Amino acid sequence: MLAYIAKRILSLIPVLFVVSCVVFLVVYLIPGGPAAALLGMEAPPEQIEALNTELGFNRPFLVQYADWFAGIFKGDWGDSYFLHQSVLEAIAEYFMPTLSLAVLAQIIAVILSVPLGILAAYRRGTALDLAAVSVSLLGAALPGFLLSMFLMLFFCVYHQWFPVAGYVGLGAGLGEHLKYLFLPALSLGIVQAAYITRMTRASLLETLYKNYIRTARSKGLKEGRVVMRYALKNAAPAILTAVGQSFGSLITGTIVTETLFNIPGIGMLTMGAINRRDVFVIQGVVLFVTLLYVLVNLIVDILYGFVDPRLQPGRK
Amino acid sequence: MSLLHKNTSAVSEAVFKEQRQLRKERLLASPGLIIGFAGFAVILALALLVPALSDTDPNAMVVIDRLKPPSGEHLLGTDEFGRDLFVRLMYGARVSLWGGGCVAVFSCVLGVIAGIYASYFKILDHILMRICDGLIAIPGILLAIALIAALGTSSWNVIAALTIVYTPSVARTVRASAMVIREQPYVEAAKVQGFTNFRILWKLILPGVISQLTVQASFVFAQAIISEASLSFLGAGVPAPAASWGNMLQASKLIFSKAPLTMICPGAAVILCVLSLNLLGDGLRDFMDPRTKGGAKK
Repeated sequence: MLAYIAKRILSLIPVLFVVSCVVFLVVYLIPGGPAAALLGMEAPPEQIEALNTELGFNRPFLVQYADWFAGIFKGDWGDSYFLHQSVLEAIAEYFMPTLSLAVLAQIIAVILSVPLGILAAYRRGTALDLAAVSVSLLGAALPGFLLSMFLMLFFCVYHQWFPVAGYVGLGAGLGEHLKYLFLPALSLGIVQAAYITRMTRASLLETLYKNYIRTARSKGLKEGRVVMRYALKNAAPAILTAVGQSFGSLITGTIVTETLFNIPGIGMLTMGAINRRDVFVIQGVVLFVTLLYVLVNLIVDILYGFVDPRLQPGRK
Repeated sequence: MSLLHKNTSAVSEAVFKEQRQLRKERLLASPGLIIGFAGFAVILALALLVPALSDTDPNAMVVIDRLKPPSGEHLLGTDEFGRDLFVRLMYGARVSLWGGGCVAVFSCVLGVIAGIYASYFKILDHILMRICDGLIAIPGILLAIALIAALGTSSWNVIAALTIVYTPSVARTVRASAMVIREQPYVEAAKVQGFTNFRILWKLILPGVISQLTVQASFVFAQAIISEASLSFLGAGVPAPAASWGNMLQASKLIFSKAPLTMICPGAAVILCVLSLNLLGDGLRDFMDPRTKGGAKK
């Protein structure tokens, strides 16, 4: 198992190297250097020049990259020009609401999608299956923030069941916290569920017609046991992968949806940074979220090894 | 000799006829493909014809007509600046479809070049695929945001950023199908006959990946429309006052509780367009997959 985990981690090195290059280049390639973005078009050239020098932008390319790369490991991700704090501090400050929202959305997505996917596959070709497939098609065409707007209109404006927007931290009690997060989490969860339902259905359909299922049935096992223990267990790796892969779209969905609900998370930080062209904050957010995404997929890969022992080297 | 020739041509005629018949049956048996195509065609036609149908300027502000409900004069009412919502919706379709179409075309061209060469040259394959892995590891919208923040907001920069986001997945798909074709006997035969690499790649391998590519293009098109809307919603999309569906949604963010139509119309437009393109892509995939007969694969 350890060898398997080590192999997975090693395979990430080239990926992370490319990611670091791309993220670094984003700031390096700004026409006129980062100062031109931070100070705006109207700033006098001398001032831009001075700030570029201060930021070390006038040094050779490789020196800058090496310096930046070393800084990432030392926890020096640059400073926000407008927030007067370091990028890592800013991310830490804005991260909790985003994490809370993403986790809640993922829980809702799994609760909705896995049973629906199982039922749709099991009752293949029935009205239920058709409904599940149609809903997941619709969900794939629907960005999370748009669904949020529709839900907001219905639940907050027409029926005042939920607060329109805003955020209350966990400190104020779980109930209050969930009341504010429920609607955005529901809309993100539904969009996620569309994808996971499709994958659950597809992978279960594949296993349900395997010979070992027929064997299990013919030796008189109960249907519930056949589906849950035999079919679902073999379909699980594909479902896990779908959950992991959809994390990227979940977190970007979260970022966009937050700005609609005024939730002070990474999305608000990003939107503010876009408006002010606070490039180091954007660079930091992209790096941070990508690392998170890579980490989630690493965990999924490792879980995959537990669920499916065939993948572990040395075991056949 | 001539008898033999006649015979084979009659046989091949029969084979072709049967193939055409089969293809027709498969097409009629997949309603998704037809619905998707029709839906997209309607949206495209409206977008193309709007300047001929209406002489209302989509950006003309009429302050006294702010947030009017639907009427004979304004089919869907007006927005917070008194601009006609229906006209803006159609002009928005032009911007969104143009953007999405450009992204689909550019990323397919770049993806084909990268994918086809990667499938054929081993060292290049390693380099290109590692770059693709890295780019795919960055969540799409965030990568686009970073690129737009660096380049500045303009519609061309949005197109460029989204092209960079979607090229790697196209390249991967093309590479995967090109790898299969590379092993075919006719490619081997061409090599033995001394065809140049260039000729093998573009004359023999390219035609084999086109069907996969069409499917991929429709998905990229759909995704690009969603991404443009999300980017505009965050303020990193096509700059105002140009009407795009994303811009209209962003503008309605503050007023949609009072004027729901300002949100429902562009929202429905995004959903219909993306749904049509997804149905088109799914339908094309099933249609081109010889294993599905009569669209039976669900």
